[in-house]
Amino acid sequence: MRPKVKGRKVRSGKNVPPTVVHTLAELPMGQRCILDHLELPEDIARRLMELGFLPGNEVIPARRAPGGGPRIFRVDGSEVALRHETAARVFIRRDPESDLVVLP
Amino acid sequence: MSSCHGGAPRTNLLPNPAIPLPRAAHDHPIIVAIVGPPNSGKSTLFNRLTGLRQKVANFPGVTVEHRMGKAKLKDEQEVFLVDLPGVYSLHPRAEDEQVTHDVLKGERPDFPKPDAVILILDSTNLGRNLVLAAPILSLGMPTLILLNMADDLALRGGKVDVAALSAELNSPVALVSATKGTGIDRVQQFLLATAAKLSTVALPRVELPVLQDVPKCRQWAAKLGVRASYKAPSPPLWTRRLDTVFLHPIAGPVIFAAVVIAVFQSIFSWAQPAMEGLKQAVAASGHWMTSVLPDTPFRSLLIDGVWSGVGAVVVFLPQILLLFLFIGILEDSGYLARAALIADRTMAKFGLQGKSFIPLLSSYACAVPAVMATRVIENKRDRIATIMIAPLMTCSARLPVYTLLIAAFVPNIPILRGVLYLPAATMLSLYVLGFLAALFTARMLKSTILKSQRSSFVLEMPPYRWPTLRSLALRLIDRAKIFLTRAGTVILLVAISIWVLAHLPLQHGKTPPLEHSYAGMVGKGVEPAIKPLGFNWKIGIGLITSLAAREVIVGTLGTIYGIEGDEPSEGLQKAVRKDLSPAGAVALLIFFAFAMQCFSTIAIVKRETGGWKWPIFQFSYMLALAYSGSWIAYRLASHFLT
Ligand SMILES: Nc1nc2c(ncn2[C@@H]2O[C@H](COP(=O)(O)OP(=O)(O)OP(=O)(O)O)[C@@H](O)[C@H]2O)c(=O)[nH]1
Ligand SMILES: [Mg+2]
Repeated sequence: MRPKVKGRKVRSGKNVPPTVVHTLAELPMGQRCILDHLELPEDIARRLMELGFLPGNEVIPARRAPGGGPRIFRVDGSEVALRHETAARVFIRRDPESDLVVLP
Repeated sequence: MSSCHGGAPRTNLLPNPAIPLPRAAHDHPIIVAIVGPPNSGKSTLFNRLTGLRQKVANFPGVTVEHRMGKAKLKDEQEVFLVDLPGVYSLHPRAEDEQVTHDVLKGERPDFPKPDAVILILDSTNLGRNLVLAAPILSLGMPTLILLNMADDLALRGGKVDVAALSAELNSPVALVSATKGTGIDRVQQFLLATAAKLSTVALPRVELPVLQDVPKCRQWAAKLGVRASYKAPSPPLWTRRLDTVFLHPIAGPVIFAAVVIAVFQSIFSWAQPAMEGLKQAVAASGHWMTSVLPDTPFRSLLIDGVWSGVGAVVVFLPQILLLFLFIGILEDSGYLARAALIADRTMAKFGLQGKSFIPLLSSYACAVPAVMATRVIENKRDRIATIMIAPLMTCSARLPVYTLLIAAFVPNIPILRGVLYLPAATMLSLYVLGFLAALFTARMLKSTILKSQRSSFVLEMPPYRWPTLRSLALRLIDRAKIFLTRAGTVILLVAISIWVLAHLPLQHGKTPPLEHSYAGMVGKGVEPAIKPLGFNWKIGIGLITSLAAREVIVGTLGTIYGIEGDEPSEGLQKAVRKDLSPAGAVALLIFFAFAMQCFSTIAIVKRETGGWKWPIFQFSYMLALAYSGSWIAYRLASHFLT
């Protein structure tokens, strides 16, 4: 189902095993990335873009709901909660400049 | 939802060069719309300028309908402000955003197109907030741009050059704090200028980006930010620290449970002294009136009818206020949005999403605003399902009924090693029962008549804020007013009617025994239907009157026992024990947990779903649930409790 996208290796920190990551859903907590494109129905894609999920913007998964629900992403100066299935349609490229970011 | 709106007149997306005609203030009232992203402080500003009390809370999507109010200006100029639901753009996804879109474009048949706009943006995240400036400025109306939360911006070390931004946009710009009131005089000036002569107010003249294209708008906003030397504030550290605790996989749920238990325990312990005080006051004033008034039917009406009936309900004010205090803290602090996040997974299992949880929580106060609040849910079928289940949540009108019955029947013994007492635990179980019934109903609806694709959940998390004493106090005062008004109208009316019906028809010029009065006959009439549930005809009278509103049953019983000569309210607990067996009390609690006894809710459901179909379905469904539920409860309880 998922369209073929070239996976890239994320240089990971000590605890995180290296994995191929191409969507926001797979990104480990605290890992900075750059958004590439969205593959979502028009209206929700638009809303996500209005909330700052724009190609080229930086996104960090900051928190997960207790019990494993949606995750909160830091994007464009605010925090937005998305479900896994939505995040799985948000494609990313790794931030070339940084590695694991330590969250305060 | 498509962006087409039937045959409504199309409006230009480009700046409209035609300047609106100057109008004399007495000719038409001038209307200024307050627009902005969700949670940017629109309602706070509206309240400050009009002196009204629109609901303010710290999560996106509080305001869901337009609301007009007259601005208080130094001159006697008439300017009306309209508070609107928050929007991210003029591309509505949900019903509340549609309202803002339609009002701004003049596409609402019942509302004139505004003459000017106040665009209120969150200055602590100006880059993203300015994106909304593009579509709003392109409406071509005189626009004042307010950069709100100036206090927060300064505190966290952010900066912005207001004059530069104003020059860029050719519109007045001001840095304000809607809560603190700084910079508000600039708003007054704008309103006066707008009222005096529309043509003198500058129209925005900017090179606008391609509106359909969000990335272009964002780039435009970024460029503006640079030209206005915008320095973003440092991240909200306290919000992050608090989230570390509240969203912690273990600490989070534990804290949540502790808070919930504390709420229920306090409703029984903290509110008790205040309630006892009120009871004594009602009883004492009743005695006093009996002693000073001559023994006439009027005295009987006043004391046995009105005083016992209204008094029986009024004593529950402390419990109601305590509940609203907790809801207020939840809403004002920003925790509510986190609760929605945590709930999303569970809600998804029942076919809904986290956003449905916000109206459901506000249903704990009252189902009427909760039904309105469902407008933020984008998916229409999800929205209907949420409306259908909202009245199953335990609203505050059930609180007097629950408290009365629990206090009368449940012994005050500690359980869980004294963490909780049995009455509070019973109350908590009733709340849980209502919630489970709601989830079960949602599941049923979403897998049959309201089936839809799995919806998405997108929610912006607000920063935590301290609930201010002022805003909490205002909430409580407003709630007390509503509660007492209801006691003074609906319940008063019912009390008087019951008193009259209980004294007629006269037998040989004397009042009949209650059983043979009109009220008694009605009660006797329904008795066969409710006997299987363990209720007698007196409870029957209460049940019928409680169709208007749930707490009315308490007033009605107060009146009935008042007429029968019991002490007003003091003996209400004792008196119900004569008419209900413990099993009957369990059945009555279950009945109230499930039945839809509220005219206002029926009316709002009809309005929000646009017809009688859904309210009729809902009423019948809930009645069936209540009847079968309490029948089963009565059988089981009769078996175990004797
Ligand atoms: N620190 C600070 N907080 C503010 C200010 N203005 C508003 N708030 C807070 O921001 C939150 C949202 O305020 P509202 O007035 O409800 O926002 P709104 O724009 O009407 O929100 P919606 O109706 O949901 O679109 C509340 O908690 C306010 O107390 C301000 O100037 N400074
Ligand atoms: Mg509002």
